Amino acid sequence: MEGLYFDHAATTPVRPEVVEAMQPYFTDFYGNPSSVHAFGQKAARAIEAAREEIARLIGAERPEEIIFTGGGTEADNLAIKGIAMAQKDKGKHIITTTIEHHAVLHACQFLERHLDYDVSYLSVNEDGLIDLQELKSALREDTVLITIMSANNEVGAIQPVREIGEIARKNNIYFHTDAVQTVGQIDVDVVQDKIDLLSLSAHKFNGPKGVGALYLKKGIKIVPQMSGGAQEGRKRSGTENVPAIVGMGEAAKLANANLEKKQAKYSRLRDLLIERIEKEIPDVLLNGPRGDKRLPGNVNITFRYIEGESILLNLDMLNIAASTGSACASGSLDPSHVLLAMGRPHELAHGSIRFSLGYGNSEEDIDKLMKDLPEIIQRLRNMSPLYDG
Amino acid sequence: MKDIYLDNSATTKVLPEVVNIMQDTLVNNYGNPSSPHNKGLIAEKIIDKTKIMLAKKLGVTAAEIILTSGGTEANNLAIQGITSAYPQRGNHIITSKIEHPSVYEVFANLAERGWQVTILDVDKAGLISLSELEKEVRETTVLVSIMHVNNEIGTIQSVFQAANLIKKNNPLTFFHVDGIQAFGKIPFSLAKSKIDLYTISGHKFHGPKGIGALYLKNGTNLKPIFYGGGQEKGLRSGTENLPSIAGLQPALANLPELEEDYNALLSKKKYLLDLLNKNLTNFKINSPISNFAPHIISVSFPGIRGETLVHALAGEGIFVATGSACSSKKDNNDRVLKAIGLSDKQAEGTIRVSLNKYNSKEELDYLIKILEKQLDYLIF
Repeated sequence: MEGLYFDHAATTPVRPEVVEAMQPYFTDFYGNPSSVHAFGQKAARAIEAAREEIARLIGAERPEEIIFTGGGTEADNLAIKGIAMAQKDKGKHIITTTIEHHAVLHACQFLERHLDYDVSYLSVNEDGLIDLQELKSALREDTVLITIMSANNEVGAIQPVREIGEIARKNNIYFHTDAVQTVGQIDVDVVQDKIDLLSLSAHKFNGPKGVGALYLKKGIKIVPQMSGGAQEGRKRSGTENVPAIVGMGEAAKLANANLEKKQAKYSRLRDLLIERIEKEIPDVLLNGPRGDKRLPGNVNITFRYIEGESILLNLDMLNIAASTGSACASGSLDPSHVLLAMGRPHELAHGSIRFSLGYGNSEEDIDKLMKDLPEIIQRLRNMSPLYDG
Repeated sequence: MKDIYLDNSATTKVLPEVVNIMQDTLVNNYGNPSSPHNKGLIAEKIIDKTKIMLAKKLGVTAAEIILTSGGTEANNLAIQGITSAYPQRGNHIITSKIEHPSVYEVFANLAERGWQVTILDVDKAGLISLSELEKEVRETTVLVSIMHVNNEIGTIQSVFQAANLIKKNNPLTFFHVDGIQAFGKIPFSLAKSKIDLYTISGHKFHGPKGIGALYLKNGTNLKPIFYGGGQEKGLRSGTENLPSIAGLQPALANLPELEEDYNALLSKKKYLLDLLNKNLTNFKINSPISNFAPHIISVSFPGIRGETLVHALAGEGIFVATGSACSSKKDNNDRVLKAIGLSDKQAEGTIRVSLNKYNSKEELDYLIKILEKQLDYLIF
């Protein structure tokens, strides 16, 4: 049986147009972009074309503000460590939140532990949203960076990015946002939102794995994290992953062309799935906000009295892919740091499942899921000592 | 005549099998290896298989392989990672004058941060002096990093002997080898060697770009460059580049196995050197046979600009390089050539021809024919 894939927040299938766009850069234009001969220069031009597409997708004014990296994690690390190291004489205070992706959290912890930085972790409310007043009060003389994700990968809460950008700009503090979950899903505009640095990852919007990018506003200095051949304007050394970069450019172009339609479609499917689960299964709890403050495609539900892991296993046996929290943390048995930060008690955090919708999903898929899900939940609850329904 | 690609030290064409498996992985196995569902498990198995294949080629165990986004990242991870993990052992590190920028520049950064750096000279053949190395390794030496095969001239360093000397002087000194140009080109095994870290890069042996690996000897600590989801045992966070990781498999499977497979490349180099000697005059070969890799031929034509020659050849459909691709845009692009004692004129007039096992003798004949014609035209 053809499986159902509801794990698009972990990674997405690559669109066929992307695979096709990559193909010639394996077989025909495989030169090293740093080579001076025409063969290398063809590859170099393809990179510049992709750079323009990415710039367009996020509203950057200049393509040279895009630095290609090996992925979202590298972009986050380059942004946070790179700014911190470049600004170390100005101050050693960073503001972030308790619900960031581990690429941001652990980069901040590295700075705390090894380079004597002070990090303030903003709390979130029960919907996973930060409080702008708390952000304002956290600002200090020595604050050099605010890093707050555009939208959370687990519960889909979209942060007030523009307001954060305004606060940062007014106080002359750099603002980095991990936009891995929003780029290609909702409108992102680095100029309007006053974003100084923004991380994105191709495989989250139907591009290939192994490539990401950092938007770095012109004029801002960062310390590179890898040295060598001085590629990417000396900010990221290493032979460019040409086919993947071309694929990312194509994915950006496709995302840009269909953004509104895509957003509307997956918001509708999201609300449909939430509505049906709430109607057809008792004792459930939606994690994260409703409506416009929630990522299209993100459904995160706690099923009381049972473990998320066991739901996942049962779904997997039917060839239905979903996840508990984030993919990276899913190997651990710790409850989600995001749900705990939102004030969910351990037992509720343990019972949560994320269905993330995307390319290829249709209403029919939701019908198929809902044919099995209520029964799985009931069966697991019947075995649960916590349940006495 | 169709294009003749002789710039295989810069990058190589991926094998058709590599493209096939990558496309299949892109389309069908798009799971996140960290996901617990079936798609994630399939992805994880692909990673395991690649590591087993690579480990076998290197003579190490799969658990000792860390996959990275490429050779540059692996070199950075090795050098930054060891020096950050073991600062208590000392403040001295050693490298050579002819390293790739992804090693050399990292050492320069560490020097700025207060590390004592010894940069070993090389002789006319690009070889370090083992006795000098032995002398320089002291109690405070944390790391030595020496490349196995030089990317511009092809010198093969005696890294296995070097490893023994380093460890004899200081068993606690780590030894990193940048093997990007050696892997698949010369036969060797890390089994029983005293090398602690070894770098490879996929796109140098007909595998994909965007993937490299670091061998890290069991029990060695490393501080990561990137923090995050804790992939690669916490040493290299970031969703794994599955298509490229899968793409390494056929590239690894196609690497030479036996001595004679390696000799195939060497016989092509000999053929080219013979042609050069027979047909051209007023040039200097920087990469003879003995002590040099079988795929790199660096030649200096004093009085001509290497870049001009590269463009002239490209105009005829032949692709070679000046010094090295990575340094070819930089001002100090003659660091390596100067280190082996070339004059300004010689260094400026240097091109690098780098072969792969698929290049034919006819292609080399054609190269010489065109070289002859262009040199005639360019020399005045």
